[in-house]
Amino acid sequence: MSMTMSQKILAAHAKVDAVQPGQLVMADLDLVLGNDITAPVAIKEFAKFGTDRVFDKKKIALVPDHFTPNKDIKAAQQCKMMREFAHEKEIENYFEIGAMGIEHALLPEQGLVDAGDLIIGADSHTCTYGALGAFSTGVGSTDMAAAMATGKAWFKVPAALRFNLSGKLPAWVSGKDLILHIIGMIGVDGALYKSMEFTGEGVSSLTMDDRFTICNMAIEAGAKNGIFGVDEIALEYLAAHCTRKPVIFSADEDAEYEKTYEIDLSTIRPTVSFPHLPDNTRTIDEVGEIRIDQVVIGSCTNGRISDLRVAAQILKGRKVDPRVRTIIFPATQNIYLQAMDEGLLKIFVQAGAVVSTPTCGPCLGGHMGILAEGERAVATTNRNFVGRMGHVGSEVYLASPAVAAASALTGYITNPETIKEN
Amino acid sequence: MDAKGKAFRYGNNVDTDVIIPARYLNTTDPKELASHCMEDIDANFVKQVKAGDIMVANHNFGCGSSREHAPLAIKAAGISCVIASSFARIFYRNSINIGLAILECEEAVQGIKAGDTVSVDFSSGTIKNESTGESWSAQPFPPFIQKMIKADGLINYLRKEAQA
Repeated sequence: MSMTMSQKILAAHAKVDAVQPGQLVMADLDLVLGNDITAPVAIKEFAKFGTDRVFDKKKIALVPDHFTPNKDIKAAQQCKMMREFAHEKEIENYFEIGAMGIEHALLPEQGLVDAGDLIIGADSHTCTYGALGAFSTGVGSTDMAAAMATGKAWFKVPAALRFNLSGKLPAWVSGKDLILHIIGMIGVDGALYKSMEFTGEGVSSLTMDDRFTICNMAIEAGAKNGIFGVDEIALEYLAAHCTRKPVIFSADEDAEYEKTYEIDLSTIRPTVSFPHLPDNTRTIDEVGEIRIDQVVIGSCTNGRISDLRVAAQILKGRKVDPRVRTIIFPATQNIYLQAMDEGLLKIFVQAGAVVSTPTCGPCLGGHMGILAEGERAVATTNRNFVGRMGHVGSEVYLASPAVAAASALTGYITNPETIKEN
Repeated sequence: MDAKGKAFRYGNNVDTDVIIPARYLNTTDPKELASHCMEDIDANFVKQVKAGDIMVANHNFGCGSSREHAPLAIKAAGISCVIASSFARIFYRNSINIGLAILECEEAVQGIKAGDTVSVDFSSGTIKNESTGESWSAQPFPPFIQKMIKADGLINYLRKEAQA
C-alpha cells in the first residue's frame, strides 16, 4: 500500500512493511532529547522504573538551554539534577555551558540528526529535524523517561497534509514568512495530529536554515511533524555535519494526503503574527502603525547564521531606535563564533543592540528580556500566547529576522523592503 | 461514576503557557505548579477549585509547549477530568501518561456551563450534566488506557504490568 514519507520512516522503525493512518505502532528510536525544564521531570520518572541503565548512552541528548546560564537558584538545582544524571549514566551527548546551544539548532549542527532517523524530544519544537528528512516529534517527560529506559516509543501513525511549493521567495521574504503564512491559512489546529509534508520544485530554492525554521513551527499548526524530502542541499548539510550514512525515504507517488495546498513562493509577503496566537497573521502591508518596545532576534526558530546575516545587512551602519531594546542571541557557540568572524556581532553592538549567549530565555518569558505590562515586542521566536514573554498584559508579534531588524531601526513594525540598501 | 464535580469553563486554544506559565517551570513539584495553574487567564481558578472538579473547554486544549507540568498542574489542582472538543496532541499524550483523565466530546462541551455539576463514567464514556439532567456519550478509553489512568500514569502501569 502507498505511504507518505513520514509513514515510511515509522514503518521502518516499527519493523513492519507498511502502516496506515490511525494505526498504533511501537518503534525503535534513534535519538531521545531533553532539556533543563523537561528532563528533571523525566529523571524522576526514570528513577521509578527501577533500572540503572539508559538504553544507549550515545542516543540520548541532554541540553541545558531554557533557563541557562542559570537564571535563579531553582533553575540551578534543575540543571544540577540533569548534569548529575548525565554524569552518572555516562550520557555522551550532554552539552555543558560553553558547549551548549539552543537544542534544535545544536543537534543538527553536532551531527546527531540523520536523514531517516526517528527522534523524540521532550520539547515541542523537536519537529525541527524534519528539515533533514527525519521523523521527529515532541513528547512529554514521561515519554522521554520510558524512551531513555527502553529506546522505544509508541506512535499513532499520522495522516498527512501536503504543501506543494513552486516558484521562489522574493527578496526580504524568508522561510519564517512562509510558515507564518501557512499557519495563518490553516489555523493553530489546522494540522492537528497530522504530518505536514513539504514538496514541489519550489523546495530547491529554500536554504537549509529556511527549512529548519519551517519544520520548527509545524507544531504551531498542531502538527505531529513537518518534513522535507532529502535533496542535494540536505545531503550537503548532512555530509558536513553527520558521520552516519543518510537513509533516504520518499513518499510513494500515489501516497494519500488529506489535502494538498499549492503555494507559489513568489506571492508570499513579509508576514507578522499578531497577539495572541500564531495564526493571527497579517501581511506587512496590513500591519498599520504598531509602536514597539523590544526586538528579539534568535531562538530555535531563527537564531541561525543566515538569520543573523539578514539582521546585520539591515542594521549595518545604522542605529536602533533609542526606545527599542534590541536583543540578539545566536543559537549555538559555533554560530556565535561564525558571526564574530564575519563581523556581524560588531555590527549589532555598533547599532545599539545587545548580543546574548545562546539561551531560550526570552522566548518563553524565562529571563534575558522579559516584558513589562503594556509593552510590545517583535520577536523572531515561535509563540505569542498571553504572557509568553513576560507580563500577562504584554504583547508579542512574531516575524522574520528582516522584519524584526527593520522594526528595531524605526520603533514601529516595519517592512524591510522600505529600508534602503547601504 | 468515576468523576464528579463543578465545571470550570474555558474557550478555544487554551495553551500550556496559560495553564502553567514558564516563569514557574523552575520547579517540578506538582503542588507548587498547581498553585499557579491557569492564573494568567483565570486568577480565581486556584482559589475556587475543589478536589474532583472538572475542566471543560472548546477546541485545541493544551496547545503549545510539551511541558508535562501543564497536565501535572491541572491534576494536582484537584481536577478529576478534562472534557474538550479537541486536544493538542502532546497534551493529550502527556495527560494519559501521567494519569489525568481527558475526554473529547463536542456535544458535552456545548451543553455545560461554568458552575454546572458534571459527572463522568470512564468505562462507558458517559458524561452527565447533573445540573440540567442532560447526558452525552464520549468515546470511552480502551481498557489499557483506563488501567493507565487508574495506575496513576504510564510508568506505574508499566511497572505493574512487568510484575504481573
